[in-house]
Amino acid sequence: MPHWNKYLNLSAGPLLSIIVAMLIGAVFILAIGHNPLDVYYLLFSETLGNSYGIGQVLFKATPLIFTGLSVAIAFKAGLFNIGAEGQLNIGAFASAWAGFTFVSLPWYLLIPLSILAAFAAGAFWASIAGALKAKFGSHEVINTIMLNFIALALVSYLVNNVYLVPATIHTPGISPNAVLARFDIITGLFKGSPFNISFLIALAACIFMFYLIKITPLGYEITTLGFNRNAARYAKMNISRLTVAGLALAGGFAGLGGMNFVNGYKHYFEIGFSENAGYVGIAVALIARNNPFAVIAVAIFFGVLEYGGLTINTMVPKEIVTILQGLIILLVISLSYLFDKKNFRIKHSPAIG
Amino acid sequence: MSQEPAIVMEGITRIFGEDFKANDSIDFRVRKGTIHALVGENGAGKSTLMNILYGLLSPTYGTIRINGLEKNINSPREAISLGIGMVHQHFMLIETLTVLENIILGDESTGPFGRLDLSKAAEKVSALLKSFRISIDLNEKVENLAVGVQQKVEILKVLYRNADILILDEPTAVLTPQETDVLFDTLEELKSIGKTIILISHKLLEVLSVSDYITVLRHGKVTGNLKTSETSKEEISVLITGDEFKDSLQQEFRSAGEIVLEVKGLSVLNDKKFETVKSVSFELRAGEILGIAGVEGNGQSELIEAICGLRQMSSGSIKIDGQSIQNTTPVSLIPSDKLKFAMVKEYDITGNILLGRQNEEQFSKALAINYDRLRRFSEQLIEEYDIRPSDPDIKIGSLSGGNQQKVVAARELSKNASLIVAAHPTRGLDIKASAFVHGTLLKQKTKAVLLVSSDLNELLKLSNRIAVIYNGKITGLFETNETNEKELGMYMTGMRTMNNEL
Ligand SMILES: Nc1ncnc2c1ncn2[C@@H]1O[C@H](COP(=O)(O)OP(=O)(O)OP(=O)(O)O)[C@@H](O)[C@H]1O
Ligand SMILES: [Mg+2]
Repeated sequence: MPHWNKYLNLSAGPLLSIIVAMLIGAVFILAIGHNPLDVYYLLFSETLGNSYGIGQVLFKATPLIFTGLSVAIAFKAGLFNIGAEGQLNIGAFASAWAGFTFVSLPWYLLIPLSILAAFAAGAFWASIAGALKAKFGSHEVINTIMLNFIALALVSYLVNNVYLVPATIHTPGISPNAVLARFDIITGLFKGSPFNISFLIALAACIFMFYLIKITPLGYEITTLGFNRNAARYAKMNISRLTVAGLALAGGFAGLGGMNFVNGYKHYFEIGFSENAGYVGIAVALIARNNPFAVIAVAIFFGVLEYGGLTINTMVPKEIVTILQGLIILLVISLSYLFDKKNFRIKHSPAIG
Repeated sequence: MSQEPAIVMEGITRIFGEDFKANDSIDFRVRKGTIHALVGENGAGKSTLMNILYGLLSPTYGTIRINGLEKNINSPREAISLGIGMVHQHFMLIETLTVLENIILGDESTGPFGRLDLSKAAEKVSALLKSFRISIDLNEKVENLAVGVQQKVEILKVLYRNADILILDEPTAVLTPQETDVLFDTLEELKSIGKTIILISHKLLEVLSVSDYITVLRHGKVTGNLKTSETSKEEISVLITGDEFKDSLQQEFRSAGEIVLEVKGLSVLNDKKFETVKSVSFELRAGEILGIAGVEGNGQSELIEAICGLRQMSSGSIKIDGQSIQNTTPVSLIPSDKLKFAMVKEYDITGNILLGRQNEEQFSKALAINYDRLRRFSEQLIEEYDIRPSDPDIKIGSLSGGNQQKVVAARELSKNASLIVAAHPTRGLDIKASAFVHGTLLKQKTKAVLLVSSDLNELLKLSNRIAVIYNGKITGLFETNETNEKELGMYMTGMRTMNNEL
C-alpha cells in the first residue's frame, strides 16, 4: 500500500497540471470561437481512438523516449544536457551513413552496426561537451548548446556537399538490410502508420538505464555525483571521468533516437527530420522526474499532443496544441515545486536536526 | 502571583511512518526568562519536539500554548511572528553571502521600488551587536568565518527577528571550550533581559553550568523534569540512558608498532591557492593515536585531504605503510563536516555504507553491486553501532543528527585500511555512542589513528601524543601525559611555539 501512495503522490503533480493546462487551453479555444469539448474529443478520439492513431502516437513518442532518457541520465549525474537535439542529428546521420555505406552486409550485422554507429556518434558528440567541462570547467549548458549549432551545420554540410542526392535535402537510401520493420507490416495492426521496431529499442534503452542506475557501480557513482558532488569526491570517484561518461551515455541515447526516422520510416537521413525532439526531451525528462519508465508514459503523452495537433488542425490552428504543451511544461514545473513545498515540512525536517 | 509559562506543550505525540513515535505524549513547559536544557540520547526526539515548536513539523496529537494562549504553529513564519526563533543542529547560512545579508535574509527591509535597503538593516544589526557586546565584521563572507562566529550569526539572525524564545539545537557541538564560554555569556545576557532559551546538548557539564531547568527525553518520552541546582551529572545520566553508564575508557599507552604514516615537509594549497599547510612533518605508528589539536581553520582540513589523497600536495611527501600514497590507497576518513562530505541524504543507510567503498571487491562485481551482501553488512553495522531506527532501507536524511554521524563512523571504521583519520568523530553523538567510538579507536592494535579535534578533553583522553597546528604549522608536539589543557590552549592560539624541528 505505501508504495502505491508514493506513485500517486509522484504522478499527482503532472496529472493536475495536465488538467489545469487543458482548462486554460479551453479558454483559448473558446476565445477563437470553438467548443473546447469538441476539440478535445477530436484530439483524443483521433489519437487514441483507433489503431492508426495509436500507431502515429507511438511513432511520434519513440524519439522522445530516447531524448527524454538522454536528458534524464545527464540529470542523474547533475548535468543539464541541452544538447540532445544535436546528438540526435549526429546519431541519425551516422546510422544512415552505416546503412548506405555497408550495403552488402546481411541484416543481422548491419542493424547492430547501425545501432552501434548511432549510439557511438551521439556519445562522441556529447562527450566533447563533457570533456570541455571536465578539463576547463566550462558549463555544460553552454557547451551543449554550442555543439547543437555545430552539429546541425555539420550534418547539413555533409548532406549538401558530400552525400547529396540531387534536388533533395536527404542522403542516399539505406540498404534494405538496415531497415527496421514497421509494425503494420509485421502484425497487420496500426495500418498505415510508420510505427516501427525502433520503439522496442527505445524500451530496451529504458530497461538498460534502469539497470545501469540501480545495479551497476557506474550508475551508483553517477547518482552520487548528481546528489552530492563533495561526497563523490571524498568517495574517490573520478569526477572528470563521470562527467564525460554521464554525457556520453546521454549522447548515446539521443543518438539512437534518429533510427526511428532513418531506419524505421524514410530510410534516409533528411535535414530537419528531428522537429525539435531534442528540446522536447528536456520537458519529457523534467516531467518524468528522470525515471526511465515514467519517460515512456510522458513521451507517449507528448506523442498524443504532437499527432493530435495535426488532427485538430481541421478545426482550430495546431498552435493550440503547442500552447497546451508549453502550458503543461510550465505548470508541471511550478506545481511540482508547490507539491515539494507542501511535503517540505515532513520530508526535510530531519536533515535539519 | 505565578507567571504564565512561556511555553506549554501538552500531550505532544509525533508519529513517523506507520507507528513510530518519535515523540510520545510529551509534556514540556518552560518558564519565562530561564535557560531550559533538553537532553537525551541520539534519536530521543529532541529535534523533533523543537521542530514541532518551530512549526517545521506538525504534531500528530497535542496542544501548544505560548504565553498562555493556545496556538497552532504551522510554519516557521508563524513561529517567528509568535516570537520563537531557532538555531538548527546544522547551520543554515548561505556561505557566499555576507554576515549582514545572511542576517536579514528572508526579512529584508526594502526601500522604494523594492530596492534592498542595506544601510537601514545595518543600523539595526549594529545596534544589536552593541547591546550584546558582540563584535563581527558584517561585510565578511560567511564562508571565511570560524564556526564559532557562524554560530553567532545564526543567533543574531534570530534576535534580528525580535525573538523572545530562542531554541538552540546542539549549539556547542562544533564549538571549542572557549567559544562555548563566550556563547554562554551571551545566553546569560539574553536571559537577564527576559528572553527564554531552550538549549539542546549532549555535554552534561555544560548543561549543568548554564541551565536553570532540565528536561530529559528517552525513546520519545519524558523521563525527568529537574531543577539544575538540585541534580547531578549522575542522576541525569541515569535518566538519559536508563542505566548507570560509566565511561571509564583511557589511553593505555601501549608500545607502538611499525610506522604507518610518514609525513615529511608537507605543504598544501587551499582552493584559493593559499598555502594553508606549511612544511609539516610527523610520523605515526600502528597502535598509536596522534592528536592534532587546533582551532578549526588552521589547515586541518587541507592536511587531512592531502593525507587521504584528496588534495594535491605542493611539496613534501606522504607515505602510508612505506609506500607513497596513491589515489587508491585506502584510508578510513571521518571528515569534520560529515553532512557535506560523507553522506548522501537521498540514499538509504545501505547506499551510504557503500559510499567510498563501491570499488571494494566484496561489494561490487564488474557489472553489478552485490546488494545482498551489502545489506547484510549494513545490518551488521547497524547492530554493532546501535543505529536507530535499525532499518537499512530508511533514508539517512530521516535519521536523527547523531544517528547520521554513527552511520559514517560505522562505515569508515569498518574499512580495511591501516590508517584512520578521524576529525571530530564524536561530534553530536550521545554519551554511549561517543564511548563506543572512542573505544573503537582505542582498541586498534594494527592500525594508526590520526585524531583531529578542537575538543581538548577528547584529545587528552585518547591520544598518545598531541601535535598542535596553528596557522598551517605544527607549533608543538607533546607526550599526552606531559601536557595539559592550559598549555595546549596557549599553543592553539599562537601564544607559544616550539622552535626545535619536529
Ligand atoms: N522524517 C522522519 N521520518 C522518519 N523518522 C524520523 C523522521 N524524522 C525523525 N525521525 C526519527 O525520529 C527519532 C527522533 O529524531 P530526532 O531528530 O528528534 O532525535 P534527536 O533527539 O534530535 O537526536 P540527536 O541527538 O541524534 O540529534 C529518530 O529515531 C529519527 O530517526
Ligand atoms: Mg537532533
